[in-house]
Amino acid sequence: MSAAAVAVRDDMRRRVSRSGVFLALLHRDMRVARKELPFFLIRTALQPLLFIIVFGFLLPKMGFMKSDYTATLLPGILAVSLTFSSIQAVALPMVQDFGWTNEIEDRLLAPVPTRLIAAEKIVSGVLQGFISAAFVLPVARLIMGPIPGLSFTQLPEVVLIVVLGATAFSALGLLLGTAISPQQIGLMFSVIIAPMLFFGCAYYPWSGLSAVPFMKFAVLINPLVYVAEGMRGALTPGVPHMPLSVSVAALVVIGVIFWILGIRSFERRAIG
Amino acid sequence: MSEGARPAAIRTEALRKVYPAPSGGKKRTGPPGPPAIGRGGGPTPPNGGNGTGEIVALAGLDLEIGEGEFFGLLGPNGAGKSTTIGILTTRIRPTGGRALVAGEDVVGEAAAVRQRIGVVPQRPNPDRSLDVLENLVFHAAYFGVARADANAHGIRLLETLGIADRARAKVDELSGGQQQRLMIARALIHEPSVIFLDEPTVGLDPQARIGLWDILRELHAAGRTIVMTTHYMEEADQLCDRLAIVDRGKLLALDTPGALKEKAPGGTLILLTLDGDAASAAIAARDVAGIDHAEGEGSTLRALSSRGGEVIPALIRAAEGQHRTVKDISLREPSLETLFISLTGRTFG
Repeated sequence: MSAAAVAVRDDMRRRVSRSGVFLALLHRDMRVARKELPFFLIRTALQPLLFIIVFGFLLPKMGFMKSDYTATLLPGILAVSLTFSSIQAVALPMVQDFGWTNEIEDRLLAPVPTRLIAAEKIVSGVLQGFISAAFVLPVARLIMGPIPGLSFTQLPEVVLIVVLGATAFSALGLLLGTAISPQQIGLMFSVIIAPMLFFGCAYYPWSGLSAVPFMKFAVLINPLVYVAEGMRGALTPGVPHMPLSVSVAALVVIGVIFWILGIRSFERRAIG
Repeated sequence: MSEGARPAAIRTEALRKVYPAPSGGKKRTGPPGPPAIGRGGGPTPPNGGNGTGEIVALAGLDLEIGEGEFFGLLGPNGAGKSTTIGILTTRIRPTGGRALVAGEDVVGEAAAVRQRIGVVPQRPNPDRSLDVLENLVFHAAYFGVARADANAHGIRLLETLGIADRARAKVDELSGGQQQRLMIARALIHEPSVIFLDEPTVGLDPQARIGLWDILRELHAAGRTIVMTTHYMEEADQLCDRLAIVDRGKLLALDTPGALKEKAPGGTLILLTLDGDAASAAIAARDVAGIDHAEGEGSTLRALSSRGGEVIPALIRAAEGQHRTVKDISLREPSLETLFISLTGRTFG
């Protein structure tokens, strides 16, 4: 036994740091994301862009929408692309990685706690959400023309909302990607994602729902509401919106819940 | 092979694994799931079935594997081999008992165990989003190996395994055998001290199989501890220092291949395939002169003969006396295989 102990110490000389492994995992995901960047952007940004063209450009031009609608729409569209890309960036690879070949095994064998491998997936989703938002914002501005009341003076708040929103939705992606079977992935989009997008106050401000009081309270379980309203508070403060502090607090709570559930679901899936 | 002389690289104590009853509805394609049920046929309940539908994959396994040992796990499908490997590689949580690899607990110190092991899975599972060399370099990075070292070592490994020309290929472009070799390279890239191989030569052509044997012998010579499951007797016989024969989650025999062969029941094993249930024919066969033992399982009649093939005509008559027709006959001389069959009651593979 003592000789084994010596051998153990010997091995430990090349002791790996958790942060080193974490960065290596992140490097891998970024390498893959870069290879797939065009597809990633099409997958996550095309739908928001189509919305921008119709609701932010065509309808205002036709006179069906007031031109200042774009100030309500732009933060919402950003929230949608962030949501969409963060969920997909984590959920879709999870379905493949835990698929029948179980190709995630080469990462599960990394000498770090399984939790850390799960957490890396969420961080990778956050980065991809960032990329998507950074791509959609200028394009949206380009298509919609000048947007009344758009200001970048609250940039730290914008970044904060993006980080919190992307974290919550990446963690949700981890939960969905590990808890849902590959056959049900299409169902996930129609049953969970689509209602979330439509009832997420992305295309209308939350205060507007005062016209339908029941809805105004029902939508509060939808995390997208807080991202969209938070974006409005940070990007177009002139548009009616929830207090920023409420959005931030709600996103923190939701983020923590999804984070715990997502990582737990990943661990359940990873260890038989 | 005195067990006390070498320090233990691996030790399991009363290791148990019970899989919950399959719930039918939400079936998940998870990691090495409950092993397939043995193909023994007949009315025997699946794998230690205990009426609740639970599957007992390991029923208290005690093993000690010495450092630098080449250890083989033999058993039919569903014996618990893959579950054992799964637990030792920290990928399956045991239900009871404990397991130590390099002195570390596989549950409590899983990360420390992973640091020291390399794993060749039963089915190749490369990272399909990366090319061949990237698979090695990134896997090494997960173990803290510097990029330049990993690159050089990766290319060397690919050369040794004869797939260096595919270094920049997508893994989907590799043949099954090439993917298997990539898995071996991946298991070695971080220079682990213990290497696990789960049926590594399944699906390899004979030439590639011999090539893999050479690599494994070299690793063994270099002092690595190797634990391998296999379906192939010849492979186990040629490579392993010691063999464990397991079935239904229990250890049935454990010794060097030579000692195990000596334990094989004397005489020739004769297998008759009948056109129907062999039970009554087996009873009749016990009265045949020169038959030491006979039993039926499904349509197979197994008889142990002390007079070689001489008894075959009498055996056929005994079967025909029970209105069975003999469709196939095979003879096995005393070997690991006859020992295996006499222990597990099942043919191999």
